[in-house]
Formats: sequence, C-alpha cells, structure tokens
Amino acid sequence: MSTLQAQRRGAGLTFRQKLSNFDYKFSPYLYISPFFILFALLGLFPIIYTVNVSLYNWDLLKGQGDFIGLQNYATTLSDPMFWNAFGNTFSIFLLSAVPQLVMATIIAAVLDQAIRASTFWRMSVLLPYIAAPVAVAVIFTQIFNQFGGPITGLLHVFGLEPIKWGYDVFPSHIAIATMVNWRWTGYNALILLAAMQAIPRDVYESAALDGAGRIRRFWSITIPMIRPTMIFVIITATIGGLQIFTEPKLFDGQSNGGSNRQFQTIVLYLYEMAFPRRDFGRAAATAWILFLIIILIGLINYGISRTIASQDIKKNVRVPVAGTRRTIGGRK
Amino acid sequence: MTTTIDRRPSHGGLHFPDQDERAARKRKARFYDRPGWLSYALLAAFFLGAVFPLWWSFVMGSRVASDINAVPPVVIPGPNFLENVLKAFQTVDFAKALVNSLVISTAIAVSVVFFSTLAGYAFAKLSFRGRNPLMVAVIATMAIPTQLGIIPLFMLVSELKLTNTLGAVIIPGMVSAFGVFFMRQYLVDVIPDELIEAARVDGASMWGTFWHVALPSARPAMAVLGLFMFMAAWTDFLWPLLVLGPKNPSVQTALSALNASGGHTPDYSMVLAGTVVSIVPLLVLFLFAGKQLISGIMSGAVKG
Repeated sequence: MSTLQAQRRGAGLTFRQKLSNFDYKFSPYLYISPFFILFALLGLFPIIYTVNVSLYNWDLLKGQGDFIGLQNYATTLSDPMFWNAFGNTFSIFLLSAVPQLVMATIIAAVLDQAIRASTFWRMSVLLPYIAAPVAVAVIFTQIFNQFGGPITGLLHVFGLEPIKWGYDVFPSHIAIATMVNWRWTGYNALILLAAMQAIPRDVYESAALDGAGRIRRFWSITIPMIRPTMIFVIITATIGGLQIFTEPKLFDGQSNGGSNRQFQTIVLYLYEMAFPRRDFGRAAATAWILFLIIILIGLINYGISRTIASQDIKKNVRVPVAGTRRTIGGRK
Repeated sequence: MTTTIDRRPSHGGLHFPDQDERAARKRKARFYDRPGWLSYALLAAFFLGAVFPLWWSFVMGSRVASDINAVPPVVIPGPNFLENVLKAFQTVDFAKALVNSLVISTAIAVSVVFFSTLAGYAFAKLSFRGRNPLMVAVIATMAIPTQLGIIPLFMLVSELKLTNTLGAVIIPGMVSAFGVFFMRQYLVDVIPDELIEAARVDGASMWGTFWHVALPSARPAMAVLGLFMFMAAWTDFLWPLLVLGPKNPSVQTALSALNASGGHTPDYSMVLAGTVVSIVPLLVLFLFAGKQLISGIMSGAVKG
C-alpha cells in the first residue's frame, strides 16, 4: 500500500490519478460515516439530551417548563415507588440470571458430548428464542393463571392450594423470571457450547486417561476454560435484565406492574412516569439513574473479569476470548 | 480477531496426521465423551420444556376459553382454531399488523446489513487515519443501553410528525454498532488483502472493489446478520408501543392490545390463537434458517 501511495504522490499526476488518490483517501470515511452519523443522531444524542430534560419541569403535552436543577433526581431517589421498582428489578434479575446460567451450562455440557442428532437438539434448545417477549408473556400469563391454568390444575391434582401468581410479590417475580429463563436459556447454552467446543479435545483425553471422571473434568477443565465467555454472558444478561419491561408490563396488562406494583420494574416505573403521568422530567431522571446503575455494574463486571483473566494467565491457562454481545436484539 | 480458535466441524473430530494412528486414537478418545442415557433424558426434558408452552398455546387456541380450567391440563388440539383466529383478526387489526411488521423488519434488516457491511469492510480492510480509535468507539457504543434515550427520541419523533408512521420505528433502528462489529470480525478473516490490492492495481475504484470483491465474500455473514436484525425488529415491543397507535400497529403491539381486550378475563382461546399467529412467521423462518441462526450465535461467541 505504501509504495502505491508513494507513487501517487509523485509529480505530474493526471486528473484521473488525482481522482483515484482522492477516492483512496476519503472512501473509508465515506463508508463509516453513515453509521457514525445515524448513531450520533439516534443513539447518542437522545441519551445525552436525557440529562437536559431531567433538569427541567417537562410535561409530555405542555413541553419544557422551569429549570429545576437536580430536583427530579431528588424526588425520584426519595420516592418509595422507585425503590420498590429497584428491588423488584434486582429480584427478578437474580431469579432469572442464576437458574438460567446454571441450566445453560448443564445443557451446553450435555451438547458438548458426541450426541446423536446434535442439530436437532440444538434447534430444539433455541426454539423458545423465536417467540417474542410479548408472546412469551401472554402464554406464560395464562400458564400461571391463578384462577385456572395448567399450574393451578397441577397443584390441585396434588391437593395443594393455588398460588396467587398475579398478586403476591415473590410468586409474581418467579412467574416473570420463568418467562425470561424460558426464552434465553437455550440461547446462552449455545454461546457456552461454542466456548466449550473451543477447548482442545486432547486436554480432556489426557485427563480421562489419567483417570479423571466426568464430573472432575467438568469442574477442573470445562468451567475454568469457559470462564471468560461465562463472564460475557453474565454482563450481557445484566444489561438486558436490568432493562426488563415487556414481561412485567404484559403480566398484568391493566396496570403498570401489578395492582400494588408488586412487579413494577425500573423501566416500567420510567414508563409510568413518562406516559400515564406525563412527567418527562422525572422519567428522564429515572432513565439516567438506570443508565448510571448499568454502567456501574458493567464496570464492576469488567474489573472482576480482568482480575480473573490475569490470574488465568498467571496460572498459564489458555483463555478463549469472548467476543460479540449476545443482545443482538436486546432484551426489551 | 486474532484468536480464531480451532473450530472442529463435529464433536471430538480430532486432527491427526497419520490415518492408522488416528483411528487408534479415536477409539480411545471416544470413551470420554460418549453420552449416557442421562444426557438424552436431560435433553428430552429440556425439549419438552421448550415445546410445551408453544404447543399448549396452540391447543388452547384451538379450543374454547373455559378449557383453561381443565384438570389435568388439555394437551390435545380442538376444532376451533380458525374460528379463534378469525375472532382475533376482528378484535384487532392483525392483517395490518403483520404487513407493518414485515415492512419494518425488512427495512431495518436491509438498512443495518448494508451500513454494517460498508463500515465493517472499511474497518477490516482499508487503512485510514483514526481507524483504531474509531473501532474502539464502535465497540464501546455496543455497551450503551440506547433504549434509555427513549424520552428525547420520542420528542424528536413527535417534532418530526412521525408518530403513528412506520418511519418512527424504522429510522431509529437503521444502524447497529453490533452489526458493524459483526461484519468487521467476519470480513477481516475472509477477504485476503492481496485480493483488494489486486483489484486496485487493475484500476478498480474503491466503490468497485467494495461492490465486486467485498460484497460477494460478505454474503454469508450478511445473511446471518439480516436474520438476527429481522427477528429483533419483529419482536421489539417498547418503542413500537410508544410511537405506533392502535390504528397502525406492529404485530407485538397488536398482540398486547388483543391480550388487554377482555380486561381481567379475556377470551383465552382467542388471545392464544392470536399469539400463535404472531409466532408463525418466525417459526417458518426458524425451520428454514435455524442452522444459520445457531452458527451465528456460536461463531459470535468464539471469534474474539
């Protein structure tokens, strides 16, 4: 490339050569600019402008009002409803992330063997992913129907009292977490499976020849070797999980997170502020608070993963590198 | 990018130089990853768990609403599926919703794939000042939860009088940082630098090189990215809910309206029949392109 450039810089260039030179220099910028311009306009600008909105009395219909400084933040942070939403979000997040990760790891380990009909099993594992969160929420709302529905029916068969899925706090969180788990476990299992397949087979072979059993190989080889991917899955699950909206919104379509806000999440709280209450200032403050929470947790995750990664290098373990985000579509 | 880890075509397919040695080692190697009955039992259980909610919603959608109370739960379809679907189409404008979602998802997929391929190619194969910092910027933007910018975005859309139009959903989805990253990762390995050099020496313009050299090699990744973007747009809910009114719904907002139509005691069979209708297009896509989806997810996880 550099020789080409040098030649072109020589004297007596024809117009054609100059044009080609210009083409060579500026085309790359032309190719990347649509992305950067559109992203700046439709992704970055709204996030930053959110700060501005949050500093005003701002009504959905009346528009911008008085400048009130950090008042919206103070009101939000002293609102028990916000902390209720905060608690619900983390409760639902933990109830979905932990079982999901455990199940996904087990399924991935099972698929990482010499399974017959592996394409069929992989496709069946991914099947729930094609159901949109709205559809998942509608289906599971009926499965968890407290007045009838298959689960109440099963409980009845075993002579148990029906559980008030739509009313009690903890059961409602379990129902919502189940929706998330059902849709995402298989997806995460495939990501972890990819990481497992990247582990050289001779490591397993020699461990097996040395007498390490299935369980021992899983804990001593598989888990340490897929840890970076695991951390990547955890980070993306966190970013998505803290923004959960659709499932709790649809679980009780008549309210914004239950009659007593038993399962109102932070984004649902934001939605209630912005639209039913028309208070864009408060909604913007909530958005920015959640943004900071997500960034903070992201940084903590990043710090932990770096520490672990550097320890791995010290222990001379080969580290597979995790790459792309799993939230291709985002968990909205 | 640098650590494309040895991706074996199948499980345990080890690469050995010598045939005899290979066969002998393979026999020995096989014993450690031969799955037992427990593995198949687990997979079968997982399969049932994955299928049951979908199957049950079809079963309920083909029966009458009161069957939801049946003990034990119903598992055999009834005769009323078409009738329930018809009722759903009369309650909300599902026909328009399906067309709208098709238009939105296709437009977003085409736009993201085009812009991502263009930028991904520049990042992977062209040298220009500021390339590395700009690539870092792309990666950093992937971690920004842009969904939280909905308040100003909503104001922008209202200001531009785009509310209730499909443009309000399409325009904010036109580019994706993930898409740029994904295409860059693919193209960096797949196009040899010599090929681009050769095209230039032969007098091809930059655009010509992109069009005739990069684009054909990018096709498999473009298909996978398009598939993902289509699905993401099809399943999106919060944003369409804010900017599309009931007269011009997407599939997801129509389904949510259908779900809310009967208050606390909706016609369960009608709602679930509508749910099945909303899932069918992606189910068909999945049956035809499921393998590509799986390889997309798995390659995304391993290629660093």
